[in-house]
Amino acid sequence: MTTAIELAGLGRAYGERVALRDVTLTLEAGRTLVVFGPNGAGKSTLLRILATLLRPTAGTVRVLGCALPREAWRARGRIGLLGHDPMLYRELSARQNLRYHARLHGVAPERVDELLDAVGLGARADDPVSTYSRGMVQRAAAARAVLHDPELLLLDEPRANLDPAAAAALEPLLAGPPQRPRTRVVTSHDPAGGLAEADVALGLRAGRPALLAPAAEVTVDEIGALYR
Amino acid sequence: MRVLAALLRKELRLELRTLESVPGMILFGVTIFVVFHFGLDRASVEGDLAAGILVVTILFAGMLGLNRLYVADEEQGGFDGFLLAPVDRTWLFVAKAGALFAYLVALELVAVPAFALLLLEPGLGQALPELLLVLALLNAGFAIIAALVGAIAVRTRARDLLGPLIALPLLIPVVIGAARLLEPLLREGGAGGLDATWLAILGLYDLVFGLLSIAVFDPLLED
Repeated sequence: MTTAIELAGLGRAYGERVALRDVTLTLEAGRTLVVFGPNGAGKSTLLRILATLLRPTAGTVRVLGCALPREAWRARGRIGLLGHDPMLYRELSARQNLRYHARLHGVAPERVDELLDAVGLGARADDPVSTYSRGMVQRAAAARAVLHDPELLLLDEPRANLDPAAAAALEPLLAGPPQRPRTRVVTSHDPAGGLAEADVALGLRAGRPALLAPAAEVTVDEIGALYR
Repeated sequence: MRVLAALLRKELRLELRTLESVPGMILFGVTIFVVFHFGLDRASVEGDLAAGILVVTILFAGMLGLNRLYVADEEQGGFDGFLLAPVDRTWLFVAKAGALFAYLVALELVAVPAFALLLLEPGLGQALPELLLVLALLNAGFAIIAALVGAIAVRTRARDLLGPLIALPLLIPVVIGAARLLEPLLREGGAGGLDATWLAILGLYDLVFGLLSIAVFDPLLED
């Protein structure tokens, strides 16, 4: 199995404030890493570094075989990010937003229609995103994140604002095809749900790794302790 | 070109949907002419005064466009969405400059006739081809500098102040060049040929700043 992510002593500081420090881990391709931790623990910072949007200030990062930030240009286009920000223009419709991203990624326009139907937005696809509910925005954002069929998918609390049915409907898209499952890094505040989908669990507290183990060896109580 | 077309289409579509820049620019430009009309207490202007008023009005109205140029990208995650794509980031600069150039043309389609109606003594008919050339060079210089400065200013808290504060000094050579070129065109019985030296200076300034902006734009988008 190939290695998708290799972090060694990874750190990131914003001026004097250290958001992430000394994160070392390896994740094989096709596996899911779930990152737990209270607000401000460094989860989103970790995702943005892996997405090539932030430069690390310490340590080394290799994503999909590319050393970041030096070879970020080779990794872009193979990474999808579903963050807190949906990255959709509110005044444009979901179809216009997705077609714009499809052109940037060189994806055929038919894929846009296919995805809009898959996330249940076919009927509202031509309405401005500003008229959508939060759940609909999240579904449109998920379609944007997987539009180019990324090998690595970074998900920042992907089920936020989604009802259980919508969350279940998105799961196949986020997981990728069974014969070639995506490598995923997911942040979660749900110990039981997060552990259920994780192959590896990482717990962050104040930017430092407080727990790193195969998910099968971690209990819900250990995750809960990160928040106390 | 696929990427440039996608970016330009998005810019123009957003402006058509929101009407955040062009109507404001036009209204502001025409209002300035009205203020000059009454403020100067003169029925008409010509020559260097007319050239100065026209160039400065376009400049100030254009500042509204500069201030709005990157706001949707910054506030709605457009920067991140673009940065995640495997494309040359220079295209974003080219698309922003192109969109602003189009906004300035839309402004001038209304503002120049309004200027002729409210303030200008000589007619514009004879000098129209030369006038269009000078305005094109003025627009290009403004759009290039605004696309660069806008990307710097939008990530700061005082972006509405910082953008004009950085852009205006950089635009002084453009203002001088455009005003010098327009002065004979807006004189009574004017027209005639354009001053080749000022034409070359203005064109060269646009070219040099265009190349410089392309060189520094990518690092500007890094965190």
